[in-house]
Amino acid sequence: MANISLGAEVVMPVEQRRGYWSSVVRRFLRNPVAVGCAVVLLALILAAIFAPYLDLADPYKGSMIKRLRPLGTDGFPLGTDEQGRDMLARLIYGGRLTLYIGLVPVVLAFFIGTALGVTAGYAGGFVNTLIMRVVDIFFAFPSVLLAIAISGALGAGIINSLVSLTIVFIPPITRVAESVTSSVRALDYVDAARASGAGAFTIVRVHVLGNVLGPVFVYATSLTSVCMILAAGLSFLGIGVKPPEPEWGLMLNTLRTAIYINPMIAALPGIMIFITSLCLNLLSDGLRSAMNVKD
Amino acid sequence: MTSSPLLQIRDLNVRFHGERTVHAINGLNLSLGHGEMLGLLGESGSGKSVTLKTLLRLLPPKRTMIDGSIEVNGTDIMTLSGKRLSRYRGGDVSMVFQEPALALDPVYTVGEQIAETVMRHRGIGRREAMEVALDMLVKVRIPSPERRLKNYPHEMSGGMRQRAMIALALSCRPKLLLADEPTTALDATVQIQILLLLRELQKEFGMSIIFVTHDIGVAVEIADRVAVMYAGNIVEEGSIHDIIRDPRHPYTRGLLSANLHDVARGTRLEAIPGAPPALNIKPASCQFAPRCAHVMPACTSALPPFVSPGEGRRVACLLERGRELA
Repeated sequence: MANISLGAEVVMPVEQRRGYWSSVVRRFLRNPVAVGCAVVLLALILAAIFAPYLDLADPYKGSMIKRLRPLGTDGFPLGTDEQGRDMLARLIYGGRLTLYIGLVPVVLAFFIGTALGVTAGYAGGFVNTLIMRVVDIFFAFPSVLLAIAISGALGAGIINSLVSLTIVFIPPITRVAESVTSSVRALDYVDAARASGAGAFTIVRVHVLGNVLGPVFVYATSLTSVCMILAAGLSFLGIGVKPPEPEWGLMLNTLRTAIYINPMIAALPGIMIFITSLCLNLLSDGLRSAMNVKD
Repeated sequence: MTSSPLLQIRDLNVRFHGERTVHAINGLNLSLGHGEMLGLLGESGSGKSVTLKTLLRLLPPKRTMIDGSIEVNGTDIMTLSGKRLSRYRGGDVSMVFQEPALALDPVYTVGEQIAETVMRHRGIGRREAMEVALDMLVKVRIPSPERRLKNYPHEMSGGMRQRAMIALALSCRPKLLLADEPTTALDATVQIQILLLLRELQKEFGMSIIFVTHDIGVAVEIADRVAVMYAGNIVEEGSIHDIIRDPRHPYTRGLLSANLHDVARGTRLEAIPGAPPALNIKPASCQFAPRCAHVMPACTSALPPFVSPGEGRRVACLLERGRELA
């Protein structure tokens, strides 16, 4: 029996050792569409952050005689809006607000929703019923309607928009987190961790969160574009950001009167929303496939 | 061997509540000495895995009714809770699961998972814990352990994963290892390697092992003593030598003859007719009676008592009494 050498299993040629995240990055970089989208988004975010240093015109200062100049006018590469304000400056400054109210509610909802979903999924029983049925109530309303209702009740303003959009996005994230958690909870490695002495808190922190955060994160990325569109919608309806703040949704609303005079200018904020949300969606698709290491 | 056994299970009953009640374990008695290797043998649903999970208190408390006593090293484990339960699990008793691909967390490296357990039990830093993890991988004879330490479970083969799982289970030097069909998911050549490894580690660490299997060949290979389970209780127990040479219970005999070895080509394989009973009522008579070729009227009226036909042996069958009288 001693002749059977222990450890004689064939050593598989393991590809060069990489950590989880570096292999995710490597796989992500192989996807040209996702990388392109990441570059566009990065450019938009950088432009938004460094807008004051870009030597742009004042986005609030209008001029009655220079209204609705077309694209390519001298000094106004993207023309001017209905009050003679520089569109390029307004679009870049508008990106600040739009990205801000597109991202913050999703980030907040990500934390709150994950906490609720993991609690519900891990505790099970009564706690699960309580949390998930409350969440179901929110699903009874279409998200746009819910956002409008909450924003309308709270009144216009950036903070209120953030609050209402956060509330809109907590239920779907909770639901995803709950379903992933309850599937992870039933797996052998959770039992194995318990068998090696891990308490409930350790199991949630190490094994549940470790396996739940990835899928929930990818799902949340895909919500960002929805959130931006909803935020723009709220501003468009006048219950989000108030004029004269530059914000893409609001600009779309104020420029809609000029659609017959200068349709290109009126379309610009919409194009920005389109590009940004498209890039966010493709980016989250790319992330999803890159993080699926086991495939 | 020693005067006080490492594990002493007395009159254990486990019931699951739900849409229908299942009497999974019915009056189980079992004891295990220090450094002993016990094979727990039985078909699916006979309560082998439930016994192991009860030992680690892994069954969902809300739906499970447990009575009876389980003592490990003199402590009644049914009274443990909180910190002491955590220290007991993994520290005194730990477990190797059937499917190593599922029992290792896919998002952490093998080293991290072993280190996590070591840190929890010994309260040492991550760096030292990683050294212990490396040492454990060397102990379970994983080739190029330094590199394997940083591998994710999906980067390893099945046999390697099971070695890593064993390293994880043994990292805190438990006195008792529960192995729940650890070789069932592996192919035959790897299976024998894992069995030999467990035997060597048992000697090296001086621990006891309860090895659950439905494969009598595996039990023969590894165990000193075998307990055969049927319908939530042990029907026969004895040294591996005695069980193979002289099986007494009709169920054990059935298991042994339903073996491929020494069967002439062309003859039909002997099988036990019927299927295991549903356990929704507490057994009041011999559960094997409906499938037994030697069934007597008395079999269906009361539970058969244990008879001890020899040193360290016991059989729950009325045939034994007849044999004693004769």
